[in-house]
Amino acid sequence: MDFFKKFFGGDKDSSGQVAKDRLRIVLMHDRTDITPQLLEDLRDEIIDVLTKYMEIDEKKIDISLDKDDQRAVALVANIPVIKIKRGKVDVN
Amino acid sequence: MAARVIVTTSGKGGVGKTTSTANIAAALAKFGKKVVAVDADVGLRNLDVIMGLENRVVYNFIDVIEKTCKMAQALVKDKRVPGLYLLPAAQTRTKDAVNPEQMIGLVEELKPEFDFVLLDCPAGIEGGFKNAAAGADEALVVTTPEIPAVRDADRIIGMLESMGKSPIRLIINRLRPNMVQDGDMLAKDDILDVLSIDLIGVVPEDESVIRSTNNGEPMTMTLDSPAAHAYLNIAERLLGHDVPLMDLESYATRGFFSKLKKFFTGKKK
Repeated sequence: MDFFKKFFGGDKDSSGQVAKDRLRIVLMHDRTDITPQLLEDLRDEIIDVLTKYMEIDEKKIDISLDKDDQRAVALVANIPVIKIKRGKVDVN
Repeated sequence: MAARVIVTTSGKGGVGKTTSTANIAAALAKFGKKVVAVDADVGLRNLDVIMGLENRVVYNFIDVIEKTCKMAQALVKDKRVPGLYLLPAAQTRTKDAVNPEQMIGLVEELKPEFDFVLLDCPAGIEGGFKNAAAGADEALVVTTPEIPAVRDADRIIGMLESMGKSPIRLIINRLRPNMVQDGDMLAKDDILDVLSIDLIGVVPEDESVIRSTNNGEPMTMTLDSPAAHAYLNIAERLLGHDVPLMDLESYATRGFFSKLKKFFTGKKK
């Protein structure tokens, strides 16, 4: 019986299931595809907000969109803080 | 009369945009509506051939835009179904020959005369798509149960949404119920899960489509076939009627081999 099962391909994942899984991952990546310009704008705005509250090392900021093979996508930001501003927040 | 303007689009080529446009247009006309199918695929026109009206094309919509002729001269009346018209595309021009504003103007001219204006969009996401989509209020997105087609549909849906088209509804074309049953094809729900838009119909793979293209006669005009049935249902749903989805499994014809396979592998679905 096992021979027949193997012969007819019964022990593999069905190709429909494979397609479903691949499609999900492809779309996840497509939908989070972000242009370098957009990432640059995002970076500038994040810096604007953060500098109201703290002094940061702008040269060492690293912001990127992390896509692994799984379904998750993460915005990863590494922002070195030099010092936290005290007292009044300067809001222009 | 102010027509509903609907663009048929897909992103990917070869999934059945033109066939869908022709069959839905003919079906709507059969239901008594006055319909014009506009071939917005400048340079690669085919709607005329699918509808079997290629010998009657004299002018095209670019002639109308450039005022070489009147709208009434460019419209081709289908003599088989009352109320069905074709507005052909130019074959010897390129997609740059028109811009979105001109397409909107063209559609505005058609609107008072018809119940439905169906725009058959070219494949791709560039100028041709933008021209065709510009004039439309609603959209039908055609896909097949394959990763490339669904991926492109996702892209197109995003663009249609950002253009403010609503409703945007999905046609799943060329589904093979046998293969879905065997787990070897994306099922309707798999596609709806990822695209998350409303479904307006599922059209099964059907040899009648090839025959009807050979004969230049949309299936919904005469043929009684699964695909014709599916397109008639889609037209009814466009008219706001609540039509249940076809029982596609009843079309799944099973041969000896697949029964044998099912017996040994024990696959239920």
